[in-house]
Amino acid sequence: MKLLAAIGRAFLGLLAAIGRIAIFAGQTLGHIVRGPFYLRELAISFLNIGWLSLPVVGLTSLFTGAALALQIYAGSARFSAEAVVPQIVAIGMVRELGPVLVGLMIAARVTSSIAAEIATMKVTEQIDALVTLSTHPMKYLTVPRVLAATIVVPLLVAVGDIIGIFGGYAVATGTLGFNPAAYIRNTLDFLELKDVVSSLAKGAMFGFIAALMGCYYGMNSGRGAQGVGSATKGSVEAAAVLILGANFVLTGVFFSI
Amino acid sequence: MIELIGVTKSFGNNHVLRGVDLTVDRGTSLVIIGGSGTGKSITIKSVLGLVTPDAGKITVDGQDVTQTDRDAFLARFGMLFQGAALFDSLPVWQNVAFRLLRGSLKRPKDEARQIAIEKLRRVGLTPDVADRLPAELSGGMQKRVGLARAIAADPEIIFFDEPTTGLDPIMAGVINDLIREIVVEMGATAITITHDMTSVRAIADNVAMLHDGVIQWAGPVGDIDTSGDPYLDQFIHGRAIGPIEAVR
Repeated sequence: MKLLAAIGRAFLGLLAAIGRIAIFAGQTLGHIVRGPFYLRELAISFLNIGWLSLPVVGLTSLFTGAALALQIYAGSARFSAEAVVPQIVAIGMVRELGPVLVGLMIAARVTSSIAAEIATMKVTEQIDALVTLSTHPMKYLTVPRVLAATIVVPLLVAVGDIIGIFGGYAVATGTLGFNPAAYIRNTLDFLELKDVVSSLAKGAMFGFIAALMGCYYGMNSGRGAQGVGSATKGSVEAAAVLILGANFVLTGVFFSI
Repeated sequence: MIELIGVTKSFGNNHVLRGVDLTVDRGTSLVIIGGSGTGKSITIKSVLGLVTPDAGKITVDGQDVTQTDRDAFLARFGMLFQGAALFDSLPVWQNVAFRLLRGSLKRPKDEARQIAIEKLRRVGLTPDVADRLPAELSGGMQKRVGLARAIAADPEIIFFDEPTTGLDPIMAGVINDLIREIVVEMGATAITITHDMTSVRAIADNVAMLHDGVIQWAGPVGDIDTSGDPYLDQFIHGRAIGPIEAVR
């Protein structure tokens, strides 16, 4: 009986958390379409989330594309199908690995940073100070970050896709003996518009989730250093899980037959 | 005039405010004293709408604070937070001029900067501080920047939350004198929260003591030594023995 009660409490807690996040997301969307807009904060968010994430996104994609080429080559050699390496690298990077890895890297780098920053602002009464200075915290802190991430993460995904494919290309032509021109032709011929669109749509959704979770956990953090730590940890966990869940849903939407 | 009538606020089983009745006349300086955790900060945050009371009524110049236009209402206030609450990512002058750079009180950037530098000078800081980041300042300087921000838009009502906590006695004296000067000079209504009896005597026209969720004693600052109230006597003399339990 106690076990059932504990499961029930956990389930109700989960539903309540989902409800709170849904309300927060709704409020954020509401503020996105209504002014005032803080363009300086938006520009800073573009810089922090987009430009400064490029190195980690580039390196992650490069190594993933290169490893993918090696794996596909080794696997396909078992049934003499080595020629599929360019196509599988392209489809693997663009449809799945590019958006998911970029999403997870953004969750690690950006979500944690947003949550820690906003939680610290809350603990040090900076959020209260914003209110007393007639500035809505959601408009000033949440909207610029969520909007910037939703716009800029698809661009990061596009860059990640290209670098990942280049990683596969470099390994395939450098060590596996593929013809460079044929590799590029096979890659371009095999990719469809839907692959690219799905990749960018996933990027937008993952960016929205990553920034939203950072803001939500930051705004709702507990007191003191422990509160900031818990908010940061919770935001990354929630963002990573939601990104992977959303990836499954979006893959179903775009590619289920 | 600020008036609180029967204001209550609880957090779970912790009944912080149990019916606070308090009046602050226009242009006067009230200091709220009381032990830690007695709800002093909650009281002023309730006036500003940062905390929503469970019951009771709060009015400013006769108008219910929950029924006013929020922006216009907040534009009448300035607040100095306990830790100054400066925005780390903005230089000092943009912290001071925050309200003047956006919203209904927005001014041209150059004008806002000039006002910020003037307010910094008013609190004893030189213009070279304007372009520094808050993290580059000492605690006392941060408090002064917070004070400059609180008065930047010439508010009618100013709240000071523990303005001298964490400062050395000399810097605390400087801040007390500044608060008194600014309140008199601007003719503002002020509410200050403090544990520091030196600050109370320097800043207050009137004093209210909050204990056990209600106003235990209220009156002119000149009466605190002769009040005859055992709670106030124990507090102002810092005695461990008395009706207020030392271990709470």
